[in-house]
Amino acid sequence: MEFKNHICVQNLNVYYGKVQALKNISVEIPDKKITVIIGPSGCGKTTLLKSFNRLIDLMDNVKATGKILVDGEDILDPKAEVVDIRKKMGLLSQKPYPLPMSIYDNVAYGPRIHGTKGRKELDQIVEYRLKESSLWEEVKDRLHDPASRLSVGQQQRLCLARGLAVEPEIILGDEPTSALDPNSSQRIEQKFLELKDRYTIVVVTHILRQAKRIADYVLFLYMGELIEHGPAREIFENPKQKLTREYIQGSIS
Amino acid sequence: MDSRKIEENVFKGLMIFSSLVISAGLLWILAVIIIKGLPAMNLAMITQAPKGGFYLGKEGGILNAIVGSLLLAGGATALALFLSLPLVLYLNVYLKKGARLAVFTRFSLDVLWGVPSIVYGAFGFTLMLFFGLRASLLGGIIAVALLIFPIMCRAMDEVMQMIPQELMNASYSLGSTRWETAFKVVVRQALPGILTAILIAFGRGIGDAASVIFTAGFTDSVSFSLFRPVATLPLAIFYQLGTPFPEVQARAHASSLILTIIIITISIGARILTKRFQGYVVK
Repeated sequence: MEFKNHICVQNLNVYYGKVQALKNISVEIPDKKITVIIGPSGCGKTTLLKSFNRLIDLMDNVKATGKILVDGEDILDPKAEVVDIRKKMGLLSQKPYPLPMSIYDNVAYGPRIHGTKGRKELDQIVEYRLKESSLWEEVKDRLHDPASRLSVGQQQRLCLARGLAVEPEIILGDEPTSALDPNSSQRIEQKFLELKDRYTIVVVTHILRQAKRIADYVLFLYMGELIEHGPAREIFENPKQKLTREYIQGSIS
Repeated sequence: MDSRKIEENVFKGLMIFSSLVISAGLLWILAVIIIKGLPAMNLAMITQAPKGGFYLGKEGGILNAIVGSLLLAGGATALALFLSLPLVLYLNVYLKKGARLAVFTRFSLDVLWGVPSIVYGAFGFTLMLFFGLRASLLGGIIAVALLIFPIMCRAMDEVMQMIPQELMNASYSLGSTRWETAFKVVVRQALPGILTAILIAFGRGIGDAASVIFTAGFTDSVSFSLFRPVATLPLAIFYQLGTPFPEVQARAHASSLILTIIIITISIGARILTKRFQGYVVK
């Protein structure tokens, strides 16, 4: 790939205390595609994802070395402005966590903290983003109800709308469907497929079938090492590494 | 009957017994206050300050102590909140879980919680002497604020520790600063708990006698000045109970009744407020 990628990881090592969670990872995440990170539990998938927006900073005893270039800027540099880095990426977590406020305020939260004040402008943003995440029809008559009253599936779509409202370039999903029912999961997957023209999407999943359904590009992690990465078709149909083949066939998990 | 079933029944019985003892205790206290205090209750009690000879059984009321206690407990609660909210936000948002400073601060708060209120009174008094203050509303506010500060902190801290890290992460990943996360997300999520903490602290503050004996003093007039002594309900009860006259002692019980009613009113008010804000809390 010749074009410049949003996210470029170089020799990334992450340690929790003495335990090394990620070992010398180097990879480029392709733009405007869905990249799926797969691998067995505890292999470092989530750590890698959380390194991208520096949520790992918030944990105890974490040390990261190497570089993660986002738009050419090394975000692991202590001088990097963490607020700006995070603004570039929307995050969907395993279980949706709406903020303790109304549906409207959830979506308006990001724009407000980044300086949008006008009522009219906020109204437009909220409507646009809720439509973008296919939630508008279900909530348009109760925008000022507490977000906690929505169903879990609706909450996850709200979290998507909330993330999109800060106009990120990248969407990160940390097993974003693991708390959802099959129907809601499918809607989120569908959403990702629609959004990939405009956003770079990175999703962690432990569901292989899901990875096959949505992935354009795949990273396979095992025990903190990046074993193999490449276009989805290659990884799923013709993996080069024995470990990858075993994982995809389901003999290791 | 097998032994596991006996075990189950014995412990169930024990739990019911404990619950009954506590409820009965509360009802008993209320009954005593009402039976002994109600006959001495009249409009003058809550609308008048003590007149000459009040403590000998002559006319007057305890408006001085009602006003004084509300001002003092309200002021102390506000002061304690002003100090404790930043502290608990620092503990829960800025410090990492298990940080040495956080462990030490929580330990200190627990120790402070256990310090008897007379010690806060004595400490407050020393502080006042140092600053050249007399017994006054301000002195009382400072002493009571010291007393209720650890209570308020720990009560809020308990609630904030329950907030999932993921909720804060959600806020961070939208690009908010720690300050924004603290005040817009953590405070809102913990709001019912914060209200409860304020209430518990207020209740503890308005009912404490030992911390105000030296620091707030006492006066028979209704005073609003920060720099003059104020009367408080617990001391009013104490002085009236200390007289040898049955009618004055009955008024002490009436005063207890008033104090209890104030506390119950605030409890119920806080419950209603808590319910109103509960809706937004994310589970």
